[in-house]
Parts: sequence; C-alpha cells; structure tokens
Amino acid sequence: MAANPQLNANGELQHLLSIEGLPRDILLQILDTAEPFAGVTEREVKKVPLMRGKSVFNLFFEASTRTRTTFEIAAKRLSADVINLNVAVSSQSKGESLLDTVANLSAMQADVFVVRHASSGAPYLIARHVKPHEHVINAGDGRHAHPTQGLLDLYTIRHYKKDFGRLTVAVVGDVLHSRVARSLIHGLTTLGVPEVRVIGPQTLMPAGVEALGVRVFHDMRAGLKDCDVVVMLRLQNERMNGPLLPSAQEFFKNYGLTAEKLALAKADAIVMHPGPMNRGVEIDSPVADGPHSVILPQVTFGIAVRMAVMSIVAGN
Amino acid sequence: MTPKLPDAEALLPKLAAELKARVTPASAMIGLHTGGAWVAERLHPLLGFKDPLGLMDIAFYRDDYAKEGLKHDPKKTRIPFEVEGRDLLLVDDVLYTGRTVRAAMNELFDYGRPRSIALVVLADRGGRQLPIEAQFCGAKVEVPAGRRLRLKRAASGKLALELEDGG
Amino acid sequence: MKLLIKGGRVVDPASGRDEVGDVFVSEGRVVGSFKDKPEKTIDAKGLVVAPGLIDLSARLREPGYEYKATLESEMDAAVAGGVTSLACPPDTEPPLDEPGLVDMLRRRAKALSRARVYPVGALTVKLAGERLTEMSELAEAGCVAFSQANVPITDTQVLWRAMQYAATFGFPVWLRAEDRWLARDGVAHDGEVATRLGLPGIPPFAESIAIASALLLVRATGTRTHFCRLSTAAAVEMIRAAKKEGLPVSCDVGIHHVHLSELDLGYNDSQCRLEPPLRSQRDRDALAAGLADGTIDCAVSDHTPVDEDQKQMPFAEAEPGATGLELLLPLVLKWGAARKLSLAKTLARVTSDAARVLGVTSGRIEAGAPADLVLFDPQQSWRVEPAALRSQGKNTPFLGYELAGRVRTTIVAGNVVYEYR
Repeated sequence: MAANPQLNANGELQHLLSIEGLPRDILLQILDTAEPFAGVTEREVKKVPLMRGKSVFNLFFEASTRTRTTFEIAAKRLSADVINLNVAVSSQSKGESLLDTVANLSAMQADVFVVRHASSGAPYLIARHVKPHEHVINAGDGRHAHPTQGLLDLYTIRHYKKDFGRLTVAVVGDVLHSRVARSLIHGLTTLGVPEVRVIGPQTLMPAGVEALGVRVFHDMRAGLKDCDVVVMLRLQNERMNGPLLPSAQEFFKNYGLTAEKLALAKADAIVMHPGPMNRGVEIDSPVADGPHSVILPQVTFGIAVRMAVMSIVAGN
Repeated sequence: MTPKLPDAEALLPKLAAELKARVTPASAMIGLHTGGAWVAERLHPLLGFKDPLGLMDIAFYRDDYAKEGLKHDPKKTRIPFEVEGRDLLLVDDVLYTGRTVRAAMNELFDYGRPRSIALVVLADRGGRQLPIEAQFCGAKVEVPAGRRLRLKRAASGKLALELEDGG
Repeated sequence: MKLLIKGGRVVDPASGRDEVGDVFVSEGRVVGSFKDKPEKTIDAKGLVVAPGLIDLSARLREPGYEYKATLESEMDAAVAGGVTSLACPPDTEPPLDEPGLVDMLRRRAKALSRARVYPVGALTVKLAGERLTEMSELAEAGCVAFSQANVPITDTQVLWRAMQYAATFGFPVWLRAEDRWLARDGVAHDGEVATRLGLPGIPPFAESIAIASALLLVRATGTRTHFCRLSTAAAVEMIRAAKKEGLPVSCDVGIHHVHLSELDLGYNDSQCRLEPPLRSQRDRDALAAGLADGTIDCAVSDHTPVDEDQKQMPFAEAEPGATGLELLLPLVLKWGAARKLSLAKTLARVTSDAARVLGVTSGRIEAGAPADLVLFDPQQSWRVEPAALRSQGKNTPFLGYELAGRVRTTIVAGNVVYEYR
C-alpha cells in the first residue's frame, strides 16, 4: 500500500485528510502552532499576513454553513483569498465527476482545497490528483473523518486538562455515523489518553469498534463514572425514528446528558459538543449552558486550529 | 582564521548603561523570540520600566513563508501593555539583513500605532538588505562568508555569541 | 483438421493424468492418436497442456453496456486468458429474460469463433423478482441455468415458486444469496476496516441468513441449486453440511476472494470494491480451504469490466467489479501453490469441476471430448498493467502485480483461437 498520502517526502504535512495515520509529533505540532493563532484572535487586528496572495477554495459537496464559515474566517485571518464553491448545487448535479470538478478548479490557481463530501474517502481521491503545490484539507467525509474537528477537540481538552496521560474521556451518542467520533478517538489514542470510552445503544455502535482502542458502555451512568471529559455527539433527525432508535425522548432518557448524570463524572469534568446541539435530545439546556460546558470556547479554538492547519500545509 | 567574537555577557552591562542614559521608564520593551527575548530578559530588570516585558514571535510575518513554510516553531506573542502612542524598544540578538526587524515592525503596527520604535541589538554583523539600523548596538562583528552568527544560552543562563555554518 | 500437440506436460484433472506426452486432435475433438501426418503441429515442450478453462461467471457487457466493453474485446480477453467456455450472467441491459436476446447473444458469440458462451437466463422478468420468466423457452434458446445475478429476490414466495418451476424441468438455479435488507446501503464487509474507513457495512449474516433460507427451499423443492460467490466462512460450513445431507447443491467462489480480504481496501482503493465485498482474513482463509477440500466446487473470475471513470470515485460511489478473465489462470495457480496442491487438483477447480456444474462434456482431455485446450507456461511471470490486458476492463486490485502463469496458445474445437506474441 502506498505511503501515507498526508505526508510529503520529508515527512511533513502536505494534506490533512484524517487524524488516523498521523504521527504524534505532527498532531502536537498542530496543537502547538494553534496557540499563537489563538492569541491573534484576541487582538484588535485579527489578521496576520502569512497567507497573503494564497487562495483557499472551499469545496463543499455536502452543505454546511457552520464549518464553511469557520474555515472562511480562518483563511481570511491569514490574509488568504477565499472562494466558496457550493458544489452540491452546481456542477455535480450536471453530472460532472468529482475529479473533473477538481481539475477545473486547479486551472484557477488554487493553493488549498477545503473539501467536505458525503462519501468516505473522497478527499483521498482528490489528494491523489491535485498538483504538487496544492493542498487538501478534509472538512468531513462521510462517516470517516473530520480531522480539524478532532484537532480542535484535542486542543480544547489540552487547554483545560493539560496532561493527556491521565484522562478518562467519554464519547457519547451516535458513534456509528460519526466522523467526529472517529477522528477524536484516533487523536486521543495517539496522544496517549489511557482510557477512551464510547457510550451508546448497540444500534449506534459500529462493528469492531473496540479495535479502535475504546471501551464500550451501553449504560451511560456506568460509562460516565469518573470521567474527566464528556463529549456529546449530535444525533441527526433521520436516525431518530426508525430501525436504529424508537424516539428522541427515549434516547434522551437513556443517553441524554443531564446534571444528574454528569454528577457521576469528576467534579471538574468538562462537557464538549461539536455542534449544533439538539437541546433535549443529547444534552439538556442547564448542562449546555452550565459551568462544565466548554462548547462555546470550542468554536473559538476551532478558528485557531484551522489557521494552524492551513498555514502548516500551505507552507510545506 | 576565526575572528575573536565579543563576550555577550560583557556587552550586556554596556548596553544597559547606554539605554539607562537615554530612555525613560515610560518607554516599553519588547524582545524578539528567541535570542532577542533572552537579551531583553537580561536588560529589562536593569532599566526600571513601568510595564512588564513584552515578547514577540514574528513567525506569521516573515517574508519567506512561500519558500520555507511555517518551519520555525511559532511561540506566542504576548504584549502586556498598550502599544498606542508609546515609545517602544525592540530588542534582538543579531542584526543582519534587517528582514526580522521589518517583520517585527509590521506585527507591532497590528497591535496599535506606537509614537516611536528604537532598535536595540547585541551584535550587528552588517549585510543589510533593507534600510534598517540599530539605535543601540553592543558590538559590530565581522562574520566570514558562509558562517552564521548565533546567540546561545547555556543551562546556567550564561549568554554567548557563536559562529555556525550556514548563510 | 488434424492437430498434434507435441511433448507438453499433459495435465487432465478429470483423470488425474499428469505426464509428458502428446495430444492428438481431429475434427474438433481429442482423439487417441492418428497415423497420418497432422496438418499442424504445436511444440509444447516446457508448457502445460490442460483442458481450456471454464469460467462460470464472466460479464461480456453485451447487450446494453457496449461503452464498458464489447463482445469482441471480452472474447479476446477470454481466450487470452485460456478460457474456452464461459457462462455469462443475465444482468445485461435489457436482462436476458427473452429468448430473442439469448439467441442473438449466442449467435454473435458463435460468429466470433472464440470461446464457447453459455448464457444464464434471468429467473424473473427484468430480474425484478415478481414474475417468472419463460424458462422453458429460454432453455431452448440456449440458457443453461437461471439466476438473478446480483439482484436478490425479496419476496420469498416468488423465490420458492421460481425454484419449484425450475425444478419441474430440471433446470438448475444459480443464486447469489444475500438478504436484501441486511445488505442495503452496505458497500464493504461490516467489520473493523469498514468502521475505520467510515463505510456502511454488510454484515456476514446477510449472506448466511439468505443461504439458510435458500437451503430450506432446496430441501422442499429438490431444485438443483448452485450458490454463487460465497464470501463467508459461515457459508462454507453451511454448504458442507448441506452436501453431507445429500442436497443437490454446488457453489463457487470469486477467485479474488481466496486471495484478498478487507485489509486490502487500504486507503479506500475502489479497485477492491467488489460484490460480494472482501471480508475478513478468517473468511478468506475459510474460502481458500473450502475450495481446496472441494466443498466449494469451482473458482470463477466474475469478470466485470468497469470503465476508469466509474472507479475514480469515492469507494461507496464506485462501481463494483473487477476484470478477471485474463487473471483467472495465474490467480488459481497462485492459490493452488499456496495450498500445496498438485497441478491437477488446482486446475480441476476451473476445468473438470466447473464442467460438472455447467453440465458440459468439455473440461477434460480424453478421447471423444471437445478439443478445448490451453497451453501455458506456469513459470512465466507477467506484469498486470492496462497494456497487458485485452479486456476493456483494466480495473483490478492486482494492478502492478507480477503474476506467474502465461497462456501461450488457446484452442477451441480444435482451432487455434489465440497465440501469445
């Protein structure tokens, strides 16, 4: 099998496609680089001229305003030019193939492609076909990976908890369909978190999930015991009434995060959520808005992390 | 023939004396990572400034990103005082082409508009590529072609100027 | 025409014969010997002379999919691969559910004078799983069996009745057993690799549940049933038990599935997007062992040419299938060598055993049998690359691999239809 497509011949990051397969050093490099970028966000002039003259193309084959907006903000803070392509609507519906779309854009002098696609593996396919100076950042592919989200989650955890080596982290909800969960799990295990748990009903657990290095809990109270970090996953509407789950209410009863369940975790546990939240389904409002929640800081950190990723890959 | 390099430790009191004669405690000091920060950390306590020392990393303002990428592990810029309308002292270890100072000034202006900026360097090795000069200079040093002048800090904190290979 | 094939290592799996000798061909059949001077002599020194390969599943893409491949190119590919007889599944466009279509296909194939083509007719009209086809008419037009290709019948009442109807006339039914609901949306084996890659999975019991139901129907109807493309260890076990019980069943495995597993998906390599999916290593090993001990009767190429555009897609969107006619021989040799089987036993799975399932008299080298033969060099390696393949399908997980087993000459009905240059 080919060498890791994310790294160039010097072992430097040229594409960010998934956290799985990235060496520990590179993950830490990204987190360390994000710190000074977080400082930029706090200044009055929130821009640095680092990527002036560079073009970032947001190629979103799957619609998403939130993620696209944070990438756009991050790129603009680096003084890059940003072009948003709502490809979901335009060429794809005319039957243009994925690679043809990319080839057409290549001709327009892109430096970075930020790609979101409904099919797992699409960014890999694109990365295999772009020119040497073009870089691909995966903004989410199918159920497979959402590496920038995973990285900002890791950054958030490090910000509040400092040392990965002593933590118990629980990821709760629809792990089966979640690229956020997969990326975070890979990141946590690579950085040496000793206990990573997944909590959810059997219908929402993928086959062989233990092989990712996690402990599976179907009982949320047992799973939350003594956790330092609780990450709640979003439950999508279409999952809620069908062969996987009977209803949102029943899901909330057994797997929704309430203050009562959270009390089983450590007293200084933090609560995270990739957003957008379904209040009353995964998490109730008192917890979402309460003292343990770091959900809003996650968003701010997300911009710094994406600035770090873009500037690292675009410079290699 | 390797020329004799000045003793960095001896240059510090010389610089401190010059600065004390000319700057007021109302000015503020900013050291450039990494070597400039070391020098500033030694000078700052000797000069009775009102404000704490600021530290700056110019990684995001360099002009060689296209060629080198984000190679130089960026540290956080912390400027714990208002820049607007101030007289600032920028401190670096070695002045060479002047590009580092250009980047530092650009970054500084993104924090506000200072009244003035003066440059303090431990060593000036000539070879300017931009019209930039130091107002306070420890020593002028001649560096043979193909060598680099670097400031090193020992575990004890002792500073020393050394020559390395490289342009 | 009298043809003499001289001095080759003659391997006839049906009889177990494996010795250096001559093979005499006259009027399109193998004969004991003849006294007259042959019109043509082929020097087979250093080569193996075996019955031509019989491939129970090769898609020729006609009618309907001519942009993917044509009868000419795929028949060229067949004989270049040493395949002298092949059965083609009914999933053409339109499907082979009308005698006229079957007749036309057979005539076209015959006119090309390359390999023998045995069409497998559709079990239901348009493969839709609702109405039975006119199996009697289709058999008369040349169909050797009836199947649903890769389109499972969901209405079990229809499946039962279709099997009953086929059994009435003694027609064999070929089924790729897969529960449509459990396999819905899945594109890979439901296991660790699919979980890592974020691909929707098809659990192994999608196959075993369907086989279990089908076996009960076999018991009830007595239909001669051939299970196509086993993919799980569980399936092998179930067929073994069914055969022991004496049920009239047989089965095959795609040659890729005895070599590859889910691990070969790597970074979502769409060349590994196959139906059924590549499963776990344990499944692969059980399939390889099942083929060796005869529980699995034969290996097939499941030849499916797919144009490059349809493979240059994310895994789940790529069209499933791999080109296989030209790889069947080297891959079956590779399997036999790994299991330390004799050459005769190895080749049986693509000659005499396949002939038995197909119900034809070829697949053997004995006096009176049709002169369908392949001469090949088992030691000669060649690199699998687009230029080396005659098929229009260049899609294979083995791209770039060096495989041993080079066909030199292919003979059908006593005529040389392919010679390696």
